[in-house]
Amino acid sequence: MELQLRGITKRFPGVLANDDVSLTARSGTVLALIGENGAGKSTLMNVLSGLYRSDAGEILIDGVHQTFRDPGDAIKAGIGMVHQHFMLVPVFSVYENVILGVEPTKAGGVLNRREARREVKEISERYGLAVDPDARIEDLPVGIQQRVEIIKVLLRGARILVFDEPTAVLTPQEVEEFFGIVAELKARGATIIFITHKLKEALAVADDITVLRGGRVVGHADPTTATPEELAAMMVGREIDLTVDKEPGTPGRTVLELTDVTMVDDYGRPLLNKVSMSVAAGEIVGIAGIQGNGQTELVEAITGLLPISSGRVEFDGADISNKSVRDRHVQGIAHVPEDRNDMGMVGSFTIKENLVLDSYYAAPYSKAGRLQRGSIEESALALVEAYDVRPPLIENTGAALSGGNAQKMIVAREFSRDVPLVICAQPTRGIDVGSIEYIHEQIVRKRNEGKAILIVSTELDEIFALSDRILVMYDGKIVAERLTGDTTPTEIGLFMAGKGS
Amino acid sequence: MNQASMPMPRESYELTGKRTKELTKRQIRKARISGIVLLLLSGLVMLVFVPAVSGVSTFGLSTPDDAIQLDSLAVPSAGSLWVLSSVLAFLGATQFFRGFQGKTTIILGISFGVFAIALMVWAASGQEFSLISMLVATVSRSTPIALGALSGILCERSGVVNIGIEGMLLGGAFTGVVMGSLLGGWIGLLSATLTGGVLALLLAVLAVKFRVDQIIIGVVINILVLGLTSFLTAQVLVKKPELNDAPIFAAVKIPVLGDIPIIGPMFFDQTIIVYGMFILIGSVTYLLFRTRWGLRTRAVGENPKAADSLGVSVAKVRYLAVIYGGMVGGFAGAWFTLGSVGRFDENMTGGRGFIGLAAMIFGAWNPIGAFLAALIFGFSESLQQKFALLNIPIPSEFLAMAPYLVTIVVVAGVVGRVRPPAADGQPYEKQ
Repeated sequence: MELQLRGITKRFPGVLANDDVSLTARSGTVLALIGENGAGKSTLMNVLSGLYRSDAGEILIDGVHQTFRDPGDAIKAGIGMVHQHFMLVPVFSVYENVILGVEPTKAGGVLNRREARREVKEISERYGLAVDPDARIEDLPVGIQQRVEIIKVLLRGARILVFDEPTAVLTPQEVEEFFGIVAELKARGATIIFITHKLKEALAVADDITVLRGGRVVGHADPTTATPEELAAMMVGREIDLTVDKEPGTPGRTVLELTDVTMVDDYGRPLLNKVSMSVAAGEIVGIAGIQGNGQTELVEAITGLLPISSGRVEFDGADISNKSVRDRHVQGIAHVPEDRNDMGMVGSFTIKENLVLDSYYAAPYSKAGRLQRGSIEESALALVEAYDVRPPLIENTGAALSGGNAQKMIVAREFSRDVPLVICAQPTRGIDVGSIEYIHEQIVRKRNEGKAILIVSTELDEIFALSDRILVMYDGKIVAERLTGDTTPTEIGLFMAGKGS
Repeated sequence: MNQASMPMPRESYELTGKRTKELTKRQIRKARISGIVLLLLSGLVMLVFVPAVSGVSTFGLSTPDDAIQLDSLAVPSAGSLWVLSSVLAFLGATQFFRGFQGKTTIILGISFGVFAIALMVWAASGQEFSLISMLVATVSRSTPIALGALSGILCERSGVVNIGIEGMLLGGAFTGVVMGSLLGGWIGLLSATLTGGVLALLLAVLAVKFRVDQIIIGVVINILVLGLTSFLTAQVLVKKPELNDAPIFAAVKIPVLGDIPIIGPMFFDQTIIVYGMFILIGSVTYLLFRTRWGLRTRAVGENPKAADSLGVSVAKVRYLAVIYGGMVGGFAGAWFTLGSVGRFDENMTGGRGFIGLAAMIFGAWNPIGAFLAALIFGFSESLQQKFALLNIPIPSEFLAMAPYLVTIVVVAGVVGRVRPPAADGQPYEKQ
């Protein structure tokens, strides 16, 4: 089926999210839709899936005009969405998730479970999507969960499949498998729209590429000839340097040292299992790993947010294992947390308040228990200027900032302190290419000043771009350590999946 | 767009089960504490109960009008207590030193059962203790608790927290008696059920449509119903006692089954409301886990966004589940008036709705589990009642605490962690 969008326009109060967007996904091909966050990709897909109604423009399937009042209409027309955050019920079995909403029943609304299992089996065999219909979703790896999502839309008769950032949560190996699934679906005549901001992936699987920026289509590209640099420039509207310029690090004295650090959850299961590692002044150490393998706990063990059950954390030669979060902060650990909205800032506070969240209690921001508005504002103005937070209005709330600018604000707060150790967890998650470039530069600058830097990222590209040394975490353990020059993304990817030697 | 949406639980990212075989500190600590509790109970039996008894304890096993009469069971008081105490000591010591690991919950259940028997042997020493009437009362008294729990389960499985069960019970009890006095028991029962439904509609509208904090709505319902019924009792029922004099549903004996010794009087010679409870527990279990309605209701309670994206109307599912839940709560209220005394007294539900809530949690949001939990609470209530009659030297105020004490122990200690529906209490905002 061929899908055509013509002149789609969608306005929100004060924002033109889609402005006259036209694109075509040819029957049996893969169209990659790329753009930065806020470029209007999600809005466009919500229009396509019937969640939003566009203010102008039309949707054509095989040349026939369509009107979608709700998601049900889009499904009936053959459009299936595979969301970035899976729409699955974790405690349900695979088949229960698949049949939800289109349940085969016997008399009186009683579920026909045999029929349900058969339907799942049939689709999984026809498309090579191996999965056990009776497995519980929460017991399955993410890659398999994604298959369940695909089976779900196929069962509903989807011939046009829309994938929203499908590789964000997958291991490199699962990404390969996913590309195989896409090829299989394509071979069976499905039309695929692939939303992503990962340029390499778009180039690898797409037959056509459409680039969105600021709600508009700014161009189309042919994946056989386009380069990542060209696409990035189209996405951002200016030349972008995707590589990070940096000299090799010059590791000095050891700043942070962990020895056999173990942390357990409430059930006694190990979250961190005898982790030993160190970070030296003047080097960037990158922790690679799939989300949920202990990276969060590692950072919280170092910053003191979670207690460790055994082992030692040493900072500047002193044991800080039992020190409070504030003690560690004062002694010189800066922390850019992985979730900027939950931990990095208070959304309802102003930018100037967010910029002193870590130091409001001390001079010069506070005297005799009273906040000193003058010095807070002065420092805030200097920081938004220095760290390019836009718009630089310090009275605006943190929540009003875009993801990239909120992250720059947090980086400004943490990097402006002259401390020996900086921890950045997922420093560029979900932010625009321009901000990523900027934050990467700041991280390298910090290292060149002789600071010890610890980076945690699930983006392998980011790990390779920044790190001098790479550690891989799997199942709460450090399973590999490599100098960046001595390894490849493939090797690290295998370690991330727990398969390395 | 709200990109945050539903976060996937951490477990989803784990490729393998990480549960370790060896005992963790937490498990060891738990085993130690429960072992000590059991040893203390054993000591209590040995040092307090044994010196206080003499002669034999007699337990009545049949009521006078049973078809098959069983002889009363007479056991030597002191000897039985020694045996029971030794069993407790053995279980306690084993638990303390080795731990029963996976079987801990069952062992703890058995141990508390043993202690309850010891308590009864002690109470019945030198006199006749009608065990059968206490067991019959247990089933009867657990009825409003089980139904209250079921009311909560229906609401919470769809993701709406219902703290207002107590108010629904009380409202049902009140309208049940008034309508029962005017138009007969059946109309009273229907009115009670509808009253619960109407209160639930209030909960549903505020929770689903206006997304008000569900705990607050529940508290408001409780206070509103308590105030309203107390006011109407004082202003209307006192002046017109004919409105507070409803017929009582008599026990209906089921042929054949009702004649089985012990089991018969307990389960097959009860009022229509108790039978209603059995039927509701069974049918809601089936409906929740085997039908399309149940699948959709549970899906909405776990991940409303997923259900919505598949064309399931979250609002409709929640309205229905909450109203059904309220009707069950109102029906349960009728137990207090139409099912037992035929008249309404101020605040006569006495916190049974909250105990129902505890039974729901104890039963892990599963109707059958909740029913079993309700039986424990019902047992402790009727034991307390029985002790008051037997002139046991324990102050009645203390005995009256028993059900609540059991609630705290059960909810805090025995249950450990059960997992509520993931979206429980979270309003759903369609984007």
